[in-house]
Amino acid sequence: MLEHHLSLFVTSAFLENMALAFFLGMCTFLACSKKVDAAFGLGCAVIFVLVITVPLNNALYSLLLAPGAMAWINPSLADVDLSFLSFLTFIGTIAAVVQIVEMVLDRFVPSLYASLGIFLPLIAVNCAILGASLFMVERDYNFAESVTFGLGSGVGWLLAITALAAIREQMRYSNVPPGLRGLGITFLLTGLMAIGFMAFSGIQL
Amino acid sequence: MKFLRKLHDKAEPLFHKGGKLERLYPLYEAHDTLAFTPGEVTHGASHVRDALDLKRMMVTVVFALVPCILVAMYNTGFQANAALAEGMSADGIRGWIIDVIGIGYSAANPLACLFHGALYYFPVLLVTFVAGGLIEVLFAVVRRHEINEGFLVTGMLFPLILPPAIPLWQVGLAIMFGTLVGKEIFGGTGMNIFNPALTARAFLFFAYPAQISGEKVWTAVTAANQVDGFSGATALGSIAGVADPSAADAWKNALMGMDITWLDAFLGKIPGSMGETSALACLLGAVLLIITGVGSWRVILGGVLGSFVVTLLFNAVGSETNALMNVPFQWQMVLGGWAFGLVFMATDPVSSAYTNRGRLIYGFFIGVFAILIRVVNPAFPEGMMLAILFMNMFAPLINSMAIRSNIKRRLAKNEAV
Repeated sequence: MLEHHLSLFVTSAFLENMALAFFLGMCTFLACSKKVDAAFGLGCAVIFVLVITVPLNNALYSLLLAPGAMAWINPSLADVDLSFLSFLTFIGTIAAVVQIVEMVLDRFVPSLYASLGIFLPLIAVNCAILGASLFMVERDYNFAESVTFGLGSGVGWLLAITALAAIREQMRYSNVPPGLRGLGITFLLTGLMAIGFMAFSGIQL
Repeated sequence: MKFLRKLHDKAEPLFHKGGKLERLYPLYEAHDTLAFTPGEVTHGASHVRDALDLKRMMVTVVFALVPCILVAMYNTGFQANAALAEGMSADGIRGWIIDVIGIGYSAANPLACLFHGALYYFPVLLVTFVAGGLIEVLFAVVRRHEINEGFLVTGMLFPLILPPAIPLWQVGLAIMFGTLVGKEIFGGTGMNIFNPALTARAFLFFAYPAQISGEKVWTAVTAANQVDGFSGATALGSIAGVADPSAADAWKNALMGMDITWLDAFLGKIPGSMGETSALACLLGAVLLIITGVGSWRVILGGVLGSFVVTLLFNAVGSETNALMNVPFQWQMVLGGWAFGLVFMATDPVSSAYTNRGRLIYGFFIGVFAILIRVVNPAFPEGMMLAILFMNMFAPLINSMAIRSNIKRRLAKNEAV
């Protein structure tokens, strides 16, 4: 049991890294990775949101939305299929949780709140977070698995964005060709990092 | 010597501003500083005199590589000669050259082995320098920076981590990718994040997985010419693919099947990438690098510790399905690219961590991931290079964390006073 969760964690953090294997959450990944502090803060916020929303969406999906899921309320509802609502529901859950995170940060860590700026509310439409919920449905994770999966994907995303931010801080000393400065070199870096992460591809856990 | 100097000085104005060959100044500069001691001194106020400039530092690495290069040539030839069937000769122009010289294919004759191996090593080296050098010179001319010795080291390292039978066009393509994307787009030597030689190697890994892994590439013999029952797999590959992994000491059986003793592996008489096989040659290189201070002993120590801990862990857990898990540490050290990678790739001063504590941590994780990838990833039993590339990515983060903790510690110290 523990072994299964450990391997799920490692898989979601390294092998199937949200940012560098699926290239999800790219907008924030590229835009918020100039400073290590901000990247780390954003990564933590993503972990927090993922750990709450994936299990929450899992519960909603398995109790209400999946085909025949509402049979526990009344046997007559056994053939109701609300799965077409899942996108809407998932986004709603995510938006609500992000709102809470935003309020908490504004109250307790104003410096991080200021440095994340517009990207904090944009977590609500961060594809890594919606992606995690959709993967959860696609791969039939149960409630406990979805907690591990959310945590693993979040940690993987945090690792990727802080590494990228540190590289970009260090690249102050580099002499990038003028045409590539800014986003261009960041895209290339992302590709190189993805090559690095491919070291884990093919691992069977 | 004086005549050469004169000739050189006479050509100099051609390359200066306004000269005919102004745009080719980087080429002139590279030749000038490589062949003679440059007369330039620092322009600013701080003036540190030290014989060890960038060029000497890089040349030290090349000297440290000499044992590896010799073993690379000898072992490539030895493996090929040993695998050649009686009466067969090498294909194409190599066979012709060996016939003309008349040195033969005896595996017992070290000279014959060295010569046969050189016929594989030098073409790869040549292609590396021509193809990679093209990119380097192009960027130097267009971006008006100097040609850097960094490329000399990259170009020496890269052939050594390639299998002998690799097609030459792949070598050229990979080193061009490595120099361009791994180094030049960051501004050249000293400014890159990833080690260019490793970037090139990783490019080969993922672009041509069928050709760079498996059993065929590690020995420079075509299928038609080899002795019956020849497999050609590397030691790690054959342990990973051992027929009965649940048997006690399955890894030992696999090695016995290949007729490899620990001493063979230590000396480097095993199939593998050209320069990686000999742990002894790497050890000699490591001694030179550590004495001259060019390579960091902290990275190497960290790597040894990291690998040791993980190997002990795997050995303690054991496995019925994966024979690699049971391989003890003294074998892990001499198989595959572990020693070469740790000594020459991980200590690369540009792409490794900069702070002393950071270097220990960086090395430790390289050791951990090398064994981890090697053992649990069936696709890449030769995982050392990928582990180093992976940690290159995190070196800046380690730097940044080490600096932060230093700042914090000193602040606390000053507050206490």
